[in-house]
Amino acid sequence: MIEAGAPVPKFALRRGDDSDFTAADLEGQTSVLVFYPFAFSPVCTDQLNLYQEVLDEFTAQGATLYGISCDATYSQTAFAKQLGVTIEQLSDFEPKGEACRAFGVLHPGGFPQRALVIVGPDKVVRWSYQAASPGDLPGANLIFDALAA
Amino acid sequence: MTDLGSAPIPPPGEDDHVRGPRDGRTLIVYADFECPFCAVLHEHLLALDARIVFRHFPVRSSHPRAWPAACAAEAAARQDRFWEMHDALFADAARLEDPHLWEHARTLGLDLDRFDTDRRSDAVRERVKRDFRAGVRGGIVTTPAVFELCDGAPVAIARAELIGDAGR
Repeated sequence: MIEAGAPVPKFALRRGDDSDFTAADLEGQTSVLVFYPFAFSPVCTDQLNLYQEVLDEFTAQGATLYGISCDATYSQTAFAKQLGVTIEQLSDFEPKGEACRAFGVLHPGGFPQRALVIVGPDKVVRWSYQAASPGDLPGANLIFDALAA
Repeated sequence: MTDLGSAPIPPPGEDDHVRGPRDGRTLIVYADFECPFCAVLHEHLLALDARIVFRHFPVRSSHPRAWPAACAAEAAARQDRFWEMHDALFADAARLEDPHLWEHARTLGLDLDRFDTDRRSDAVRERVKRDFRAGVRGGIVTTPAVFELCDGAPVAIARAELIGDAGR
């Protein structure tokens, strides 16, 4: 997967309002990209719920979180709405998995690995992490540690 | 889970809620009162001859009433009835709206005005948050999370060890 020190690759994701989200949208802010395998799946549900619970603390540290999966925007929107999660969702549905591939986190099964990427305001990767398996849920503490480093 | 922790789970302290014999196993449980798996675990823990340390880990988007329930338990603690409220909440986990919390408080003979003021107070919210933050720092990602005190240090144990097939 993409490693610290690398510039973010060229990519295009789709926002819930159907507009594009590209590398340019990362400029000037610290972003935490949360790649997750499937909307509505159990571990992804726990992961987004947990991160939502500490979202204020991420915000206080100047970080903006984005959830990224290969689900369609309608599925992501329904997922976030069901959970009551306000973390913005970005879709890598079409061309499927291209952004995930660019970040080196596309699982051979055609879905994102469970991975975290922190991008600095200069669009350079500060930190990245991929769970040993898609079923493993990285704690929020890992993100806090990386933001503080 | 603990392999990814940023800090050790704190050992039992003076401000913790603790019950059970001092000479047996000590289990530290991070749970929330709206979590069905926590309720199942609770039933199993009641049957164990173990010292139990309870800590809050409410996640509101999973369980919208987990925070109010945790604060109700802490408000009861301020009238020395934490464990009675803890048991009442788990025994009736599908009913955690405010009238149900008041009903529990009334049944336990709490000073209702004080209970209601306390459960909405910053001090009680901070007490719940303290447990939650320590759990996050320790790498907890979901509930229930159980640790056994081994030579003074909490060590994660699998839920299945305590609740068998009832665990997910």
